[in-house]
Amino acid sequence: MDYAIEARDISKHYGRRHPRLALDRISLSVGEGQLFGLIGPDGAGKTTMLRILSTVMEPSSGQARVAGFDTRKNAEKSRPLIGYMPQAFSLYPDLSVIENLNFFADINGVPHARRDERIVQLLEFARLDRFQQRRSALLSGGMRKKLALACALVHDPKVLLLDEPTTGVDPLSRRELWEILAQVVLQGVTVLISTPYMDEAERCHQVAMLHQGELLSRGSPADLARNLPFEVIEVKARPRKAMRAIVEQADGVADWRPVGDRLRLSVQKGNGNGNAKRILKNLQSQFKRQNVDVQLLRPSKISMEDVFVYLVGQQRGNH
Amino acid sequence: MNNYTHAVETHQLTKHFSDFVAVDAVDFAIPKGEIFGLLGPNGAGKTTTIRMLCGIMKPSAGTATVLGHDISRDPEAIKKQIGYMSQRFSLYNDLTAFENLQFYAAVYSVPRSERAKNITELIEISGLADHRNELTRNLSGAWRQRLALACAIVHKPPMLFLDEATAGVDPVSRREFWDLIYDMAGQGVSVLATTHYMDEAEYCNTIGMMYRGELIAIAEPDELRASLPGTLIQMECDPIDRAQAILDAMPETLEASVHGAQLHITLTDAKSIKKITRNLSRNQIQVSYIEEVQPSLEDVFIALVSEYRLKAEQDSDVNGQDMTDANAMEEIRK
Repeated sequence: MDYAIEARDISKHYGRRHPRLALDRISLSVGEGQLFGLIGPDGAGKTTMLRILSTVMEPSSGQARVAGFDTRKNAEKSRPLIGYMPQAFSLYPDLSVIENLNFFADINGVPHARRDERIVQLLEFARLDRFQQRRSALLSGGMRKKLALACALVHDPKVLLLDEPTTGVDPLSRRELWEILAQVVLQGVTVLISTPYMDEAERCHQVAMLHQGELLSRGSPADLARNLPFEVIEVKARPRKAMRAIVEQADGVADWRPVGDRLRLSVQKGNGNGNAKRILKNLQSQFKRQNVDVQLLRPSKISMEDVFVYLVGQQRGNH
Repeated sequence: MNNYTHAVETHQLTKHFSDFVAVDAVDFAIPKGEIFGLLGPNGAGKTTTIRMLCGIMKPSAGTATVLGHDISRDPEAIKKQIGYMSQRFSLYNDLTAFENLQFYAAVYSVPRSERAKNITELIEISGLADHRNELTRNLSGAWRQRLALACAIVHKPPMLFLDEATAGVDPVSRREFWDLIYDMAGQGVSVLATTHYMDEAEYCNTIGMMYRGELIAIAEPDELRASLPGTLIQMECDPIDRAQAILDAMPETLEASVHGAQLHITLTDAKSIKKITRNLSRNQIQVSYIEEVQPSLEDVFIALVSEYRLKAEQDSDVNGQDMTDANAMEEIRK
């Protein structure tokens, strides 16, 4: 596979006042046409990574190639092939939607012949066509994000870098943004997006999980979930006390925690896949024996948050 | 002490800001020792609701009681007995963790005889022992959040309000935070939490979904999920874009969207799974994985809001008035 983004051993040190590395030897590669997620909480190093890949900042060490060009040695060649949407994307509030698009077309040197067609395309694509005359200050938060995205796409970049476009966006606009991104990807653009929301990992082909400048893991979301050494079972039963008592002493339950009225149990993966099933059966019969009213007892999907929490635990153990 | 069965009870609780209705005739109740979540996007009316219940803001109409006290007649009694932790928790940066706790103990007039004991206990429960004498400004976000919680409960309130208390906190700290909340609920403390993270609402016993000032649903998380029509499945298949087009054209498909390497499909019912897989294989599409999954609370919320909007559009006399327009206007007002 050809890689649209390749980063090797990227480190970033912000100077003496910051003892910790913002990025500690991060390597990742993103295949052409992929949607790649950089997942991690605040302070993980996501923004730093995006600044480096977008050529606006140099790493302290390591190399990166984006759209085939070295971001340091050939920044001026890779820059036109990159669409970059920083977290605080600065639209001009007193310009209309269409004026903003024209402005970004100007500074990115989009030829006039091509421009109008492209802008019409983008307006439709971002579902902003009916608002093109509106000043961007008067757009809702979700619409402003969509306009920012359209501006980042106006010069037809090969690679799109998005820094937390969904942070603070309401659930409906968030979903709409992801739908639009899925379309961008289907058109062949490679997208790297950063997000603190673990659930958004599942919208990506591949993800890298970052925590305090370190790479916890990378792979497809499905693989990350499959690689955990446990499976998850959900239980909801009454009375709650009796449910807890049974779960606490149940065989094969490594850990459990309450989530609402339910308990989520981690059970060790056996050699085969039958372990969770066996434990489910076991629990079922114990609940029955002790007259506990079971409302729910089922295997549950491993969430990306489960993955993250597990990996952070591992990392702490290693340090 | 007041007698009460519900820690919070509201009747048609309403708040106007001139002609803008921030909270619109909201009814709900929180049984003692339960965790109730108000879920909704920014601007839905969650914080305004909490402020009224804390006695900080007077309702425009309707009534509510907190711990048996009426919020309009007896706000002072309420303020003394509740803990309130907001998104921007107000800690004193130039005081140590311990000094902040002492300060809040004094503000809430915790009797001197109990102060030291309460604070020692809280420091232990919240794991702050190693940071006891650190200046608050030097604490990480997650530790500040724990300290803020400790300060909010230094007077051992029977009712706790959490307004976006976990915003910006990493998943590990968030889980640990909720462990503390569960311990408190286990001891009989009632909790009202607001969040705009749909996944966080899972932590609550009951959820009220809020949108544009209205409570559009109240139920347990599982009931909400079960209320969603259709069956949700995840599928890995190749080529994915052609599969999506084929599924979109089938009457059994309510929705099909691409999630990375997977398709998420809402089918009319579980019985249609066979039919769609047959159709896909007839069209030379390789299905390597297929599984029925539980919808998320975000799925539920989006379905409810779409329904609400559709109804609002039908009710609206103004032709062509777009709901996104209204959205924008709301933001400007803020």
